[in-house]
Amino acid sequence: MENWSLVSICVLFGLTARWAVSLNSYSGAGKPPMFGDYEAQRHWQEVTYNLPVHEWYFNTTDNNLNYWGLDYPPLTAYHSLLCAHVAKLINPDWVELHASRGHESYGHKLFMRATVLVADLLIYIPAVVLYSFYLSEGSNKKKVFLCILLYPGLILIDYGHFQYNSISLGLALWGVVVLGLGWDVLGSLAFVLSLNYKQMELYHSLPFFCYLLGKCFKQGLAGRGLFLLVKIAVTVLVTFALCWLPFLSDPGQILQVVHRLFPVGRGLFEDKVANTWCSLNVLIKIKTILSTDTQLYISLTTTLLAILPSSIKLLMKPTLWQFKLALVNSSLAFFLFSFQVHEKSILLPALPVCLLLNDLPLPAIWFLQASTFSMLPLFLKDGLLVPYVVTSLAFLFFSIYLLSALEHCSEDKLRLGPYRRLLICIVRRYGYLSNCINKDHFYFSITAMAGLSFMSVALAPPAQLPDLFPLLVSVFSYLHFLGLLLYFNIVQIAEPPQSVRKNQKKSN
Amino acid sequence: LASVSLITALAALPLHSTDFEVHRNWLAITHSLPVSKWYHENTSEWTLDYPPLFAWFEYSLSHVAQHFDKEMLVVQNLLYTSPATILFQRLSVIVTDIVFIYAVKECCRSVREEKGSKDLLGHPFFILAALLLWNFGLLIVDHIHFQYNGFLFGILLLSVARHLQGRHLEGALLFTVLLNLKHIYLYIAPAYGIFLLRSYCFTEDNTDGSVRWSSFSPVRLVALGSIVISVGALSFGPFIAMGQLPQVLSRLFPFKRGLCHAYWAPNVWALYNMVDKALSVLGVRLKLLDVAKLPKASMTGGLVQEFQHSILPSVSPSITLICTLLSIMVMLSIWCRPRGARGFLRCLVVCALGSFMFGWHVHEKAILMAILPFSILAVESREDAGIFLMLTTTGHYSLFPLLFTAAELPIKVLLMLLFTLYSFTSLKKLFRGSLLNPLETTYLLGLVAVEILCEVVYPLSPWQHTMPFVPLLVTSVYCSLGVCYSFIRLYVSLLRQHGTDKHKQL
Repeated sequence: MENWSLVSICVLFGLTARWAVSLNSYSGAGKPPMFGDYEAQRHWQEVTYNLPVHEWYFNTTDNNLNYWGLDYPPLTAYHSLLCAHVAKLINPDWVELHASRGHESYGHKLFMRATVLVADLLIYIPAVVLYSFYLSEGSNKKKVFLCILLYPGLILIDYGHFQYNSISLGLALWGVVVLGLGWDVLGSLAFVLSLNYKQMELYHSLPFFCYLLGKCFKQGLAGRGLFLLVKIAVTVLVTFALCWLPFLSDPGQILQVVHRLFPVGRGLFEDKVANTWCSLNVLIKIKTILSTDTQLYISLTTTLLAILPSSIKLLMKPTLWQFKLALVNSSLAFFLFSFQVHEKSILLPALPVCLLLNDLPLPAIWFLQASTFSMLPLFLKDGLLVPYVVTSLAFLFFSIYLLSALEHCSEDKLRLGPYRRLLICIVRRYGYLSNCINKDHFYFSITAMAGLSFMSVALAPPAQLPDLFPLLVSVFSYLHFLGLLLYFNIVQIAEPPQSVRKNQKKSN
Repeated sequence: LASVSLITALAALPLHSTDFEVHRNWLAITHSLPVSKWYHENTSEWTLDYPPLFAWFEYSLSHVAQHFDKEMLVVQNLLYTSPATILFQRLSVIVTDIVFIYAVKECCRSVREEKGSKDLLGHPFFILAALLLWNFGLLIVDHIHFQYNGFLFGILLLSVARHLQGRHLEGALLFTVLLNLKHIYLYIAPAYGIFLLRSYCFTEDNTDGSVRWSSFSPVRLVALGSIVISVGALSFGPFIAMGQLPQVLSRLFPFKRGLCHAYWAPNVWALYNMVDKALSVLGVRLKLLDVAKLPKASMTGGLVQEFQHSILPSVSPSITLICTLLSIMVMLSIWCRPRGARGFLRCLVVCALGSFMFGWHVHEKAILMAILPFSILAVESREDAGIFLMLTTTGHYSLFPLLFTAAELPIKVLLMLLFTLYSFTSLKKLFRGSLLNPLETTYLLGLVAVEILCEVVYPLSPWQHTMPFVPLLVTSVYCSLGVCYSFIRLYVSLLRQHGTDKHKQL
């Protein structure tokens, strides 16, 4: 079948899945007084449309920061302003200052869902198309494309819970694709834009930085490398300046915005998150034992320690493959060890893992499924059980079938070969780890996830442990994430020299 | 093949339509009331109007339904909805679709395959499977609009497959069961009747293909007859015993419902109505007619009532019957010169389409009865593929008004695009080349214009309030042109085959 028709069919299919999910309920539906993320987005449209720029991030009589105050960088605000203009054309009631608080209606829901779809179509999907067809190797291009499009986590969060992750993730993906094609300046531009849309993209910033710096080093600091460095630095600064233009006039503004973006007063974690601190909290109540400052320092140090190996390796060897792995490692490390992490942030590591679907199908599919599973309590709160089940099943089915994941778990394919030779002499018992990723463990894990999902829905938790099921879900996912972090780090660091890898590629 | 079937499970959507209430009501009726009251019950406006076997089917479903939500089984709970109810009904459709999937598998086995290597996507049986399982019309009608057609069409396709495989008795049994599940299949009963009589009861033909009276086999006739009678007895038996047959029949065949459904199915009568309306408007403008003498209220007001035509002669049920019979006269060709199971399939399609074109109070969903079996022929012959593309696209588009809320608009557009794109590209690849002439292509592109007009432009224009039926009218008339055209082409191809056979004989 011709390429274009298959691509269109895949896109149409992905769009249908997205819209079908969007017909379900959203976050905070019918739950006054605070509602949820849906109301937050609507409120931001109201605020940005009706108030002048210098009041957006401040607590004023018209703008109560306690009621969903703006806490994303300026690009989100501009995007909300754009949506608000469109909303005003269709129905002014939706963005009336104060009067439209808590507004919920059929037409409005359609409008909001449509904005997500449009953003997705314009930014995320073209990036995925470009990635699948220009940067992935092998004969599986269309299959990879379909699988990436079907990743349940992004669909459920963006179209169910309601957020605009496809914009920030899409822009970051554009950055990766463009860098992969060799246009460094444009790549950094795309990434800066992505960063200015959601500050969580900082999780991805270190790999971008190391990759570009490494490339500059490779080209020699004395000549072209320095020139490249200067170009990139100038692009970054100019883009930042352009995005923050309305706020640059007053240092107080900048401080306030930064204060809103990084709420250090909020504590180590909120709710149940599948990261180290929350899981550790089960055993030792670190949240109460340590002071906020100590918590901050501990999380900072552990995060830095966790991302150091992969960043250094990337700095030394800036190739696309290393870059992808570093993206995974860095964002996953941030997710596991950082401060004030939300469960939705798992989407940040999930995006680079999607890019690894072609090369390491089984671990990638395992991770993506685990990431969707880790957000189960959130989905249950939003009433998205049925879409969760259907999209997870569809994703698992399609990816396993299309990418023949279960056949490709030999040591050779998992790139663990060189690792074994390198480290088996150091500590003998580490050899056991390489057997972790195989078919049986995968089946067991998936069954366990299904079982836990079923239990969370069907059974009521015992009275003394009301959070039993969300806790079980997070701890289970946490163990997966930790294991996969180790695995991806090992793959990145133990990568054999160029020639061996080329031979491996040929034999694949 | 398995991968394609999973997609039907994606249709778990929280949408609601009137047919939900219909089936919920039937679940309630069959569960709570004794058998004798089933066809007399009329608390709700949606009375039981399918034959008894379907009622028994609903009865068995209702036993499962008990576990989901007892409240839905109380007859008085009109318009009762709860998440559990919706979940149960959607699940029941998905589960009964298993029959459909099995039937598709059987059909695919009977499809002729060409020699030569192809990748999976190019095999005729895969294309057929995809065309059937992803059939846009079926998806929309069953899963979104809510009916049990997947299950019923599964039985139909299974019976066709059995005939293609030569297992005629099974095919006949399946068809009688089907007939007793939904009497709309009476449309194609003549095709079955003549085919079975001709090919099955007369075990041999003369060398030139005409009837050899001497080979009549009474045993087979008796076998067929006994199947039909026993199934009929099983389903209708209790009601005949209770003397309720007239009541049941009046519920099954409500001739009071008017020539056309609320939304005109795209058949000949739609064109007829259109001409009638146009002439009346013209007459009023040219002062030839008095406005006061014309019957009030439009026929497309969205309600189901009887109307009289203003200028052209009114059409009564008997006229539609005669027209239908005339149009399917071509079936006699299989009497004269049977062409095996494939000829039978072709006649079945012509029968279904003919009844659609000329029938009384036809639902637009009935177009699926022609499209689905036609898919089997479409993957085998080039000319059929061309007609198929024309028919499916127009037929599917005519189903659009079934989903009229704004939330469903992207879904139906996306699914339609998905299916149309797939059918065009896969059939094109299979038969290597373009299948439609430019006129047809322009017509199909015109559908896009009609869609934009009806769904986007018209609602924003001032006429929306004064003449709200115009989009429906335009859709139905435009589609009926396409459907009529396909019907004529199919008819012509059948006659041409008949002609070439005669030539061969000479």
